[in-house]
Amino acid sequence: MIKIDNLQKSFDGHDVLKGISFEVGKGQVFALVGGSGGGKSVLLKHVAGLMKPDRGSVTVDGTEISGSGQKSLRAFRERLGFLFQGGALFDSLSVFDNVAFPLKEKSKLSRDVIREKVLMELENVGLSGSEHRYPSQISGGMVKRAALARALVEDPEIMLFDEPTTGLDPVTGQSILKLIDSCHRRLSFTGIIVTHEIPKVFAIVDHVIMLHQGLVRLEGTPSDFMESHDPVIQAFLNG
Amino acid sequence: MVLGFQGFYSLSRFGSDAFLGPMVGLALIKELGPVIAALMVTGRAGSAIAAEIGIMRISEQIDALELMGLNPYRYLMVPNLIAALICLPLLTALFDVVGIFGGYLIGGKLLGVGAGTYFGEMAHYVEMKDVLEGIYKSLSFGVIIAWVSCFKGYYSGIYTGFGSEGVSKATTQAVVLSSVLILVWDYFMTSILF
Repeated sequence: MIKIDNLQKSFDGHDVLKGISFEVGKGQVFALVGGSGGGKSVLLKHVAGLMKPDRGSVTVDGTEISGSGQKSLRAFRERLGFLFQGGALFDSLSVFDNVAFPLKEKSKLSRDVIREKVLMELENVGLSGSEHRYPSQISGGMVKRAALARALVEDPEIMLFDEPTTGLDPVTGQSILKLIDSCHRRLSFTGIIVTHEIPKVFAIVDHVIMLHQGLVRLEGTPSDFMESHDPVIQAFLNG
Repeated sequence: MVLGFQGFYSLSRFGSDAFLGPMVGLALIKELGPVIAALMVTGRAGSAIAAEIGIMRISEQIDALELMGLNPYRYLMVPNLIAALICLPLLTALFDVVGIFGGYLIGGKLLGVGAGTYFGEMAHYVEMKDVLEGIYKSLSFGVIIAWVSCFKGYYSGIYTGFGSEGVSKATTQAVVLSSVLILVWDYFMTSILF
């Protein structure tokens, strides 16, 4: 479904991605792991079409995203949900209005249907009763949950998660991962999760991609990763 | 009020203090009203627009809009542009009215120019085209303030560096560039168009 082919990107002469290639099948969830500054978020933004590669391509169902115009990019984004590292909730809107925003602006659903859908989505992420609060009035974990609700409210086919548990305590982080897993079971989206939550994330993903110095160091199942004797991966696992 | 003082003392040297009203009126309506109101709006609202949009940029809220398949320009720039086009002429008009009455307070009440002379001469010499000149100027200044402030905020992560420092630079640049453009554009409008 998502095919990344020889993706290369550099900033100010510094090569961040040096030729990344892999493919994510429909309904699969991949974990993208690697050291900080290794280009994971940059790669994710290429998949979302927020960045243009220097070389290589990102294609989704045979349509190239990396070189497409605004119209086809917009059509692709209709199918996409993105959970930002910091949530990226709109400060001036309540939790309810944040989640309702894409529906109000893009769909022709009635107010009552939107309200019902938003409240149901908030209930799914455990935020019932917090719909009238503003992003500045809720905790980091709640911001992530609200952002997840907003990303999922349009039932996307593809979900991209940029460090969904960063900055959260282990218990809240684990609950976010469980939430992602339950949403995947419900919606069967194709997903890529950029994360440092190793090995916790392995319980909810099909494949793991390890990036190291701008290249794919390992691609395989979580057990391949855990059983690898590669010193870089061992160092990453054992700290 | 300062204009009332300065105008009165300058005009009385030539025995023309009866023209205080037209002098204050024309100076305010054609020049000082639009320019000073625009500079004040730049400092207060222009900086706020640039900072708000800049923070939306660095906190990925603009990326979120894009990824929803929505056009960020429509949500961030158009409302500010419309607000500036509506508010700036109104604020300029308010500035003019307060300034004219301030001038009367000094010239009429303090320095002895009669209300009839002050307002009568003003009504005689200030024409509709002078008022329109002020309105056209304030409209164009509104476009400059909204455009520069939105642009600087929107591209704060790209042209001025990332993070809070980038937003800070973008805000400063928005105020400085808007102010300079207002003064330069004012010169061109005055010299070429009117």
